[in-house]
Amino acid sequence: MAALQTSTLEALKKDQAQLLANWYSSLEASGATRNLKEQEVKQQTSDFLQLIIAGLDAGNGSNVAASGWDEIRQFLEKLSRSRALLGQNSQQTANFIFAFKGPLFAALQNHYQDNPSLLAEQLLELSELLDSLGMHTIRTFQESREAVIKRQQEELLELSTPVVKLWDGVLALPMIGTLDSQRTQVVMESLLQRIVDTGSEIAIIDITGVPTVDTLVAQHLLKTVTAIRLMGADCIISGVRPQIAQTIVHLGLDLQGVVTKANLADALKLALSRLGLSLTKAG
Amino acid sequence: MERIPILQMGDFLLVTIQVDMHDQLALTLQEDLSERISRTSARGVLIDISALDMVDSFIGRMIGTISGLSRIMDAQTVLVGMQPAVAITLVELGMTLPGVSTALNVERGMKLLQDWVSNQ
Repeated sequence: MAALQTSTLEALKKDQAQLLANWYSSLEASGATRNLKEQEVKQQTSDFLQLIIAGLDAGNGSNVAASGWDEIRQFLEKLSRSRALLGQNSQQTANFIFAFKGPLFAALQNHYQDNPSLLAEQLLELSELLDSLGMHTIRTFQESREAVIKRQQEELLELSTPVVKLWDGVLALPMIGTLDSQRTQVVMESLLQRIVDTGSEIAIIDITGVPTVDTLVAQHLLKTVTAIRLMGADCIISGVRPQIAQTIVHLGLDLQGVVTKANLADALKLALSRLGLSLTKAG
Repeated sequence: MERIPILQMGDFLLVTIQVDMHDQLALTLQEDLSERISRTSARGVLIDISALDMVDSFIGRMIGTISGLSRIMDAQTVLVGMQPAVAITLVELGMTLPGVSTALNVERGMKLLQDWVSNQ
């Protein structure tokens, strides 16, 4: 592959101000600057140009994975991460680089007016470099978005399984959302661990927030109830809504051996009476 | 040979499993325990597995068998201190140990046995 000519580099250096101005207007035209501060974008474009000139100056080839391009890769990673957090999409982010092509090619065309074959060669070289930088940006952008999604998933999983203590020896687990195998596993583990930690004798699982109960969910519930019984505690299931009760009966699910209550208040009352406690009105 | 000690506390026998159970040990325990129940005519057996953090289906079955044979010899069995991981494993293995009484710790297990005996 043909190397980049020194004179191309000279052309870049000479036209820096013009290049930056054209680049910015091209960014603006494509809508990639929306929601971003003008000052910030201008700073980023000029930083990028400086870095690319420095990289070419040092004689780095068009292979962006080479160590000579470390600095520019880091710059782009930072840039795409910040764009991802600002909620920009991948196209807008990648446009930052691709919008540079127009002004750059125009400048080169101007410079190599009298030598078309050299112009084509140089254009190909620079185009490849910019393309791979653009791809790098998109890859980083995607990675940071995926990291955000993964973190949110984990947080959701943690948030959705709070074990609350209702009374001395009575724990409650208000379940919200669909029950799948993974969630049941997390729920079961955190509830069982809390039973051991607090020495609670009764656990109430409230399924008011569970939208539907099918055979799989019922099986998960039964597993949890059995595990609690094996540990030596009792389990009450509360919050069985009329529709859910109907579904359970229609499906012919066997919930025998499981104590169920219509609401959490009834379940707490039962739990207290099992502990030998009773509530009386003061005064 | 390695053996799991069986302690006598009044009418009850106390078994604390503190080592990793292997199959031979489990079989020995089963024999020792039935022999002790018949010799001491104990009314209750308390098995503490709080130090056990791994089970397989064999050990699960052994616990069920011990419970069954003690019931025939008129001694109630209470299993205490099961770890969460062990409970989950047994449930996933499909061993729900029906008919085995459980309690959270030794103290509550003892109370359960005493209540049971005084109700007789």
